[in-house]
Amino acid sequence: MQPENIDPFIFGITVLVLACFIGYFVVWRVTPALHSPLMSVTNAISSVIIVGALIAAGPATGNFAQVMGFCAVVLASINIFGGFIVTQRMLSMFKKKR
Amino acid sequence: MMTENLSSLLYLASSICFVLAIRGLNSPETARVGNFIGIVGMLIAILTTLALPSILSYELILIAILLGGCIGTLLALKTKMTSLPQLVALFNSVVGLAACFVAAAAFYRPEAYGIGTFLNISPLSIVEMNLGSAIGAVTFTGSVVAFSKLQGLVSGSPVTFKGQHQLNALLGMILLGLIAWMIFEQTETLFWAILCLSFLLGVLVIIPIGGADMPVVISMLNSYSGWAACGIGFTLGNILMIITGALVGASGAILSYIMCKGMNRSFFNVILGGFGVEDEVIQQQNIGDKSIKSGTASDGAFIMENASSVIIVPGYGLAVAQAQHALREMADILQERGIEVRYAIHPVAGRMPGHMNVLLAEASVPYESVLELDMINRDFAQTDVAFVIGANDVTNPAAKTDSSSPIFGMPVLDVENAKTVLFVKRSMASGYAGVENPLFFKDNTMMLFSDAKQMCDEIIQALK
Repeated sequence: MQPENIDPFIFGITVLVLACFIGYFVVWRVTPALHSPLMSVTNAISSVIIVGALIAAGPATGNFAQVMGFCAVVLASINIFGGFIVTQRMLSMFKKKR
Repeated sequence: MMTENLSSLLYLASSICFVLAIRGLNSPETARVGNFIGIVGMLIAILTTLALPSILSYELILIAILLGGCIGTLLALKTKMTSLPQLVALFNSVVGLAACFVAAAAFYRPEAYGIGTFLNISPLSIVEMNLGSAIGAVTFTGSVVAFSKLQGLVSGSPVTFKGQHQLNALLGMILLGLIAWMIFEQTETLFWAILCLSFLLGVLVIIPIGGADMPVVISMLNSYSGWAACGIGFTLGNILMIITGALVGASGAILSYIMCKGMNRSFFNVILGGFGVEDEVIQQQNIGDKSIKSGTASDGAFIMENASSVIIVPGYGLAVAQAQHALREMADILQERGIEVRYAIHPVAGRMPGHMNVLLAEASVPYESVLELDMINRDFAQTDVAFVIGANDVTNPAAKTDSSSPIFGMPVLDVENAKTVLFVKRSMASGYAGVENPLFFKDNTMMLFSDAKQMCDEIIQALK
């Protein structure tokens, strides 16, 4: 079996299934007290979709796809900044006994 | 120059950062570092992409990032912690819409992603793309509806009509049919039709779900936003997006499961909606022939002063009354007098997972004193006073004994096992689920009728 004979889709599925397992085990270990920060941090990281948006907004020539890309970059940036900052704000409030 | 191999490795580094960011959240001590690692991961992802040879228009991208960054920063800094669920719903909707835009960009310019040419995209990619954009669109409109319900822009009560589920099922089937059609014939009309139908479906799926079930809905939409990113990741052949999408999807799914279990509802039961409309009739029965014991703030203060241990059971009503700080002040006075004070949190105490913990942390309650249901439930039997404030259904013993009760089987806090139960409540009205609480009529229960904040302030005065 040569690696180049493997369909990229099968490769993607392999990664997806393994990532689901990692997600499952990591998320169950999160303490219930921090479930709100978990939601806001996942908000932030799901904006990794910005990678696709940047490629669309990238070319030097203007076209419809680039407009779509621009809008997607703006939206994803809202989430990246907003998500990480609000998570930091929440976490800074969790304090130990004085 | 950024080669494909190098960028793939950097994307891998970025994925590992995201896993560590979530991993950090298993304790408050490591969480801040975890969040920082998450930011580093995102920076790696963005810089790697910007270094790709096809990216040339840096000014435009910089403007977009600054514009979005300013909006996001403002939202994150200005939002009150009580409105956190709305903010998360809003962020979910933004990811969903971004997924739609990226899908549209890929549809009109597939060459940029190497998946074919315009209207001649490989069949597998077009299916992945449309699934991604459909999930994104459902996430977008669904989250907008959830946001409007939470913010009170529309009524939180479920909107139901005859044949609703049949209609949704039919629309869902049409949607899948259209996506399958795309394999054989790619047209712009079809692409936009799929998108519009998904927007409509997002609204229809969320409107029948009532305000009390919003914790499940937000977690579910959080999960969807991950799957949307995942679908787009498949289209663009980007491993980082697939991994991250799966992490977010798994996280949202697990949180929905925990919330459903906290209410003893099946996931399908929540999704089908309409909870809280039936059973309006039974509510008013035999309130008159049972006696309740009510007391004043000084009675409450006296009982707590003479106790050696107190467990506070806060609910969302506490946050509505803005009583967190007054409550913490009351607890501080009790602790100074050597009384052990702890807080018991039910999984659905707030409006989203972990919401009550954040609200208490904001009022400077140390997190070691705040315990989850499983951790503290057995301790009620050895506790002198259970102080219930702003909560109702989560303390209802009928959930354990009365099989006809709508909340039967829901895990509840066993407050009735404490020597005395002090129950702060504005009136005898029933809780969200519309169920009467037999706890009010127990001999060891004393009702303190007042607004939560006012009651705490009065108890503080009486203690001084």
